[in-house]
Amino acid sequence: MPVSGFKIKDVLMELSAATGVSGDEGAAIDVAARYFRQYTDRVKRDRFGNLIAFKEGKLPAGEPRFSLALAAHIDEIGAMVTQIARGGFLRFTAIGGIDPRTLLGQAVVVHGRTPLKGVVGALAPHLLAERERRKELTLEKLYIDVGLSEAEAREQVRVGDLISLDQEPVLLNGEKCCAGKAMDNRAGVAVLLQCAAELASMQHRADLYFIATVQEEVGLRGAVTAAYGVSPDLAVAVDVTHGAAPGLPDHEVHSLGKGPVIAIGPNIHPALGEKLHALAQSYRLPYQIEPVAGNTHTDAWAFQVSREGIPTALVSVPLRYMHTAVELLNLDDLIAAGQLLAFLSRSLDGAFWEGLSCY
Amino acid sequence: MLLAELANLPGVSGGEKRVRQAIVEALAGCPVEMRTDNIGNLLVRKGPRRSPHVMLAAHMDEVGLMVVAIEKSGHLKFKPVGGIDSRVLAAKRVRVGAAAVPGVIGAKAVHLQKDDDRKKPYEIEDLFIDIGAAGKEEAEALVKIGDYATFDTAATPIGSGFWRGKAFDDRAGCAVLLQLLRDPELTGFSAVFTVQEEIGSRGAITASYALQPDRALIIETTAAADTPGTGEDFSSTVLGAGPALSVMDRSVIVDREMLTELIATAREAGLPFQFRRFTGGGTDAGAVALAGEGVKTAVVSTPCRYIHSPHSILKESDLQATAALVKAWLLRGER
Repeated sequence: MPVSGFKIKDVLMELSAATGVSGDEGAAIDVAARYFRQYTDRVKRDRFGNLIAFKEGKLPAGEPRFSLALAAHIDEIGAMVTQIARGGFLRFTAIGGIDPRTLLGQAVVVHGRTPLKGVVGALAPHLLAERERRKELTLEKLYIDVGLSEAEAREQVRVGDLISLDQEPVLLNGEKCCAGKAMDNRAGVAVLLQCAAELASMQHRADLYFIATVQEEVGLRGAVTAAYGVSPDLAVAVDVTHGAAPGLPDHEVHSLGKGPVIAIGPNIHPALGEKLHALAQSYRLPYQIEPVAGNTHTDAWAFQVSREGIPTALVSVPLRYMHTAVELLNLDDLIAAGQLLAFLSRSLDGAFWEGLSCY
Repeated sequence: MLLAELANLPGVSGGEKRVRQAIVEALAGCPVEMRTDNIGNLLVRKGPRRSPHVMLAAHMDEVGLMVVAIEKSGHLKFKPVGGIDSRVLAAKRVRVGAAAVPGVIGAKAVHLQKDDDRKKPYEIEDLFIDIGAAGKEEAEALVKIGDYATFDTAATPIGSGFWRGKAFDDRAGCAVLLQLLRDPELTGFSAVFTVQEEIGSRGAITASYALQPDRALIIETTAAADTPGTGEDFSSTVLGAGPALSVMDRSVIVDREMLTELIATAREAGLPFQFRRFTGGGTDAGAVALAGEGVKTAVVSTPCRYIHSPHSILKESDLQATAALVKAWLLRGER
């Protein structure tokens, strides 16, 4: 069921390249909004900054309206300038969970008065004793070099300016995989768009809200206000989960290319989770199961307890090297995830959501 | 910019062909004689041989990685070629093999590491190249054992007059050497673009044997540590202060007469220069100085931050001043 005119790789790569560090997601949201406008009735941003696209469902006369929210966070990890040090070098702190050990030699953009390209540096290795070289590489030991003198740096950069990873996405192994920054969670946003594009040719009874949430990486904050504001009857969060890579135990990871990952556990409404499995099976979509014993650390955690509680599920895309400039995923997994959500949207009826409160 | 074109090419030690070809193309139409020797050096003569016979040298190769195993999962294990600080590798983009297959350097996601492991810098054994292959068979269709990998980095101007890019060590030297060979005011010298400097100046050994110069000037790129946390006394070199003259390193004690000449040349021409205030590290000078019955040898370097990493930084004015100093020194020798 290919969707004409919608190419997930182009959408994903454009989203990945856009800047959207937590708290300043505007540029990435502009890209997403442009696409959502093509497939939904109206698009708005709420007071907190979340992007909310609405598409009305078609119900038989007299049936009560109900709604499904599909949410993916659009913010990315990054950093913030904390000091303009002697020589014009910039000290910084992390926004979201970044691994300092992946930053040495990394290209970055400092969003000063104009975007400034730079490099993350540390004490030169030839000056370090071997013992010193093996010590922990903490953020305090790193700085950013933007090739400016101290006076120039003070002119161009202010403490508090945001820093993003400077890495264009790249397609791998033909066009099977894609790697780049911010795939966590532009992949989720691309899945929502895939779903919206699929629904161009499908009927659905539920009113649909496609939500690109902000500030997930610093504590699921956008999801808190979006869930309250939209107040959907059902919600599915779409995020990334750890992909299989050497040295990782099988039970902690999921294979790339083997389909979207459906979570089960206390964060997930059992009937909604079960519905997703059943749909994947009946439409012969590949899928994997992820048992999560508690907090899923995704927007699903915030949605579940909004207002009087929202039946919530979580669909994830397996991804390797999370929170680095080279987050890597398989494009087929994104397409299948989008299709799964489209089938869910199509299948929902009043009876199903009314039955959700009967455990 | 010549530097950017040269730096963007892959040329890990032993695989310098693309760089050599680019240099040969850049010299088309110049009044020079060129030949490639058995190890891959490009030997160039401009104008009639003079006495003393002067040889300039810059190395074409860069540090990089070599694929040594293809895992069942399709991931590639690798070894460094030349001196790479393993701490710069995690989460960087690479290109593998002659077909420049894109890949990334992966490690276990930080979320899935134990607290103790998070405190340790990544070592080569913790890392692998991921080309998006779903298994060994898919990987083998794209790459093979022995393929080189280079950082997938495009040289970019940054800040006020700086460049960011890979392999400036020593494509910066190659760019200077090319500029001098194309300069119509200069003639009567030999130039060699050497291979395999990073694994022990292998090319310089055969090149200096072949050319048997009386005097050699090595045009290099050297580490600058004019950065936070390093005391001024330990910076070795500073960006923006002009070419660095070596006095001594692990491989050579620079010929006093040539060093004195270079200093005098810079002073007479009003060119900036600095001394390389560090005695570690080595260059082709070590091999060249011991060629035949010995060659008077000196080293002039463009200072560069973060050498041997995916993104080094140099200042364009230093590169130009390096070229100007070598040119003035060559002209001085003609007087």
